[in-house]
Amino acid sequence: MLSSISGNGWALLGAALAATLAGIGSAWGVGLAGQAASGVVTEDPSKFAKVLVIQLLPGTQGIYGLLVAFVTLSQFGLLGGNAAELPVETGLMVFAACLPIAIVGMISAYHQGKTAVAAIGIVAKKPDQFGKAMLFPAMVETYAILALLISILAVTSIRV
Amino acid sequence: MAVLQMQRINVCALKENRKAILERLQEFGAMEIDIRLGDGAEYELQDVAPSRAIFEKQAHMADHALEVLQEYVPEKTGMFASLEGKPLVDQETFNKAAVCQENYMEIARNVTSLEKQTAEKKASIQKLQDRIQALTPWLALPVPAEYGGTRHTACLIGTIAGNLKLDDVYALLAERTPETEAVDVQIIFTDKDYTYLAVTCLKTEARDVEDALRAGGFSRPAQAVRKVPSEYKKDLEELLEQETKELLNLQEEIAGYADRRQELRLVSDYYRIRADKYEILGKIPQTAKTFALSGYVPASRADDLIRELQETYGAMAETEPIGEEEDVPVVLKNNRFSESVEGVLTAFGLPGKGDIDPTFFTSIFYVFLFGLMLSDAAYGLIVSAVCGAALLKFPRMGENLRKSVQLFFWCGISTIVWGVLFGGYFGDVVDIVSETFFGKKVSIPAVWFVPLNEPMRMLIYSMLFGVIHLFTGLALKGYICLRDKRYVDFLCDCVLWFLLLLGLIGMLLPTELFAGIAGQQIVLPAAVVTASKWSAVAGAVGIVLMSGRGTKNIGVRLALGAYDLYNVTGWLSDVLSYSRLLALGLATGVIASVINQMGSMGGKSVVGVIVFVLVFIVGHTFNIGINLLGAYVHTCRLQYVEFFGKFYEGGGREFHPFHRETKYVDIKEEKELC
Repeated sequence: MLSSISGNGWALLGAALAATLAGIGSAWGVGLAGQAASGVVTEDPSKFAKVLVIQLLPGTQGIYGLLVAFVTLSQFGLLGGNAAELPVETGLMVFAACLPIAIVGMISAYHQGKTAVAAIGIVAKKPDQFGKAMLFPAMVETYAILALLISILAVTSIRV
Repeated sequence: MAVLQMQRINVCALKENRKAILERLQEFGAMEIDIRLGDGAEYELQDVAPSRAIFEKQAHMADHALEVLQEYVPEKTGMFASLEGKPLVDQETFNKAAVCQENYMEIARNVTSLEKQTAEKKASIQKLQDRIQALTPWLALPVPAEYGGTRHTACLIGTIAGNLKLDDVYALLAERTPETEAVDVQIIFTDKDYTYLAVTCLKTEARDVEDALRAGGFSRPAQAVRKVPSEYKKDLEELLEQETKELLNLQEEIAGYADRRQELRLVSDYYRIRADKYEILGKIPQTAKTFALSGYVPASRADDLIRELQETYGAMAETEPIGEEEDVPVVLKNNRFSESVEGVLTAFGLPGKGDIDPTFFTSIFYVFLFGLMLSDAAYGLIVSAVCGAALLKFPRMGENLRKSVQLFFWCGISTIVWGVLFGGYFGDVVDIVSETFFGKKVSIPAVWFVPLNEPMRMLIYSMLFGVIHLFTGLALKGYICLRDKRYVDFLCDCVLWFLLLLGLIGMLLPTELFAGIAGQQIVLPAAVVTASKWSAVAGAVGIVLMSGRGTKNIGVRLALGAYDLYNVTGWLSDVLSYSRLLALGLATGVIASVINQMGSMGGKSVVGVIVFVLVFIVGHTFNIGINLLGAYVHTCRLQYVEFFGKFYEGGGREFHPFHRETKYVDIKEEKELC
């Protein structure tokens, strides 16, 4: 059955996975952090801005996924609707290129969300340690950025 | 780029000048009182807790009065109220608060008591309304609820549970007291839970009838009233009207105090300052005739302070050299550009013992890297314009806030520069608009290159900037070693690493691996290649030999050295971490173009233009927000983890001078610190 998927199909599948999986991860992470943030704001509404910033941190993976998906779509003309048919090998290469941000994006966003929950705990108890609290979730994001890097480099270097 | 030099000052003076000196120090606002008490019992500490509690209570009462006023007559505050800072009042006005404190507190007391009366009125109104509500079912009753009957008849008035019909009640009576003959039941009102009854019977049978009714769930009204319900209701309504009028009067009276807010603010701050003063007073050692205090003052102001204390108050004041073990508070002093990054530095930690103040270098790299991550000229312009306008419009915003706004202003400028270099103006809005609406594609060319088209090139540059950033950190570490005259450390921890790393870079550049990444072969002169090799070898050997210099055992020492050499991988990951410059830069540009593309889907028509404008405004606002956050977080990370990791520890203590800590107003003439 897999052999019946065309080159464009593979490329589209890759782009879709990048946006979908990374987006799922971010939604997950931001959701976790949002619950913790709401708890803090119930107690002390003045901390709203700080906890909001931390809540948003796991949101970037979804954007990275979108980014890769968009670069893929536009690189191979899948956006305009007049795409040339890609050979299956090229399509598979594009698919593979999308995988790092799809997989790493999802898992890192989830874990970044959990770290953000803990960081929100720091802000709740010691608001002056905001700078340090922000850093812990940002550490997790490093790996999403590395994955994004490989995905982007791979997608842009595939010649049609 | 400096940490302000601190000095310890010891003061001893006569008690009669105590108040004047403490007040002057508080006004001076640049001395952190830090008293070290010995074991001697020649002095005593004054118990100030009761007076402090009174002052705090007064301040709190004024605050509460302000809150009440805010509730009844909300003061209009602008959207940017938080930027405006506290209003400035001159010393004279403030002194007036001290003189008229009783009058001002009278206002606070009045407002508070009015609020209490209002609350009571509201409660009594509520009660009246409840009573009227409870009366409603009885309105049809032509006699008072406690009406007992005539000479021969008794009247039983009350409720019975359940929604009953007349027949049901007669049936109940017939069942329970079959011998009773004359009973008249009237149903006054029914709702779904109760039936309201008036039952008339002969006095002689009243007991039987009542027992029968009670068995069916009958009860008399809880509050029997002597008046006919409809009249009673009228009375209550009159009372209600009167109470409501009184409530309105009270509220108007409270509102009448709206223009006395300033007085309340002044008196609240006055008591706050006084409470602070008493806190210090409780800490200073005193004898029968004298008192002493001690604390840290910035060295630049110490002489002035000592002279003033000696000349004006005849006090004994002297400086004392700061001891090795003392935990001296830190004040940063930087030029106008660099000071804007002090907030970022403080969030990590102020320079501790042995640290240098890295604010200057941090500020340069911060602005540089931030711009690189956001890298869109139009976004940069918006950020700078907003921050610049805020700075001009609200010159009195709080110190820390001003620094942050200033930082974003500079970051915006840097973003403009990078945006122009990379050709980003709202992403590719010029291309899209010209193509969609004018039919001819126009694009603004990038001055340098477009990262999306040449991501590899951008990656190499990102890492180059990273290497420069990291090497600056390493060089600062070397500087610290030299400053502390630790020459061996300088050689081993700084010079050897430079040899190794530069050597490795020299070896990497001409390889095919690098050529594959960069897309072009770099040819270095043979001498340089050889020198790189030897430099790397010398560095590596040196590190293996010297890193474990703390231990005597040769084997352990070499093992430690080899382990330290393994830190090369740490450097590799540090450099790779700068690839986020590329990733975040691309993220801004690509999302911006997604927004533009979405906007242009309406095509070339009136509707299309409207759709475009809407999508443009919403989309780019979102994109600016999310990317500002990203750039802020990740620039901080590069500074905190990669840069500071090389040389900076932090952990310094913030300077908390004894000053006039106010909540509502700033007092003029309180000179700027340092």
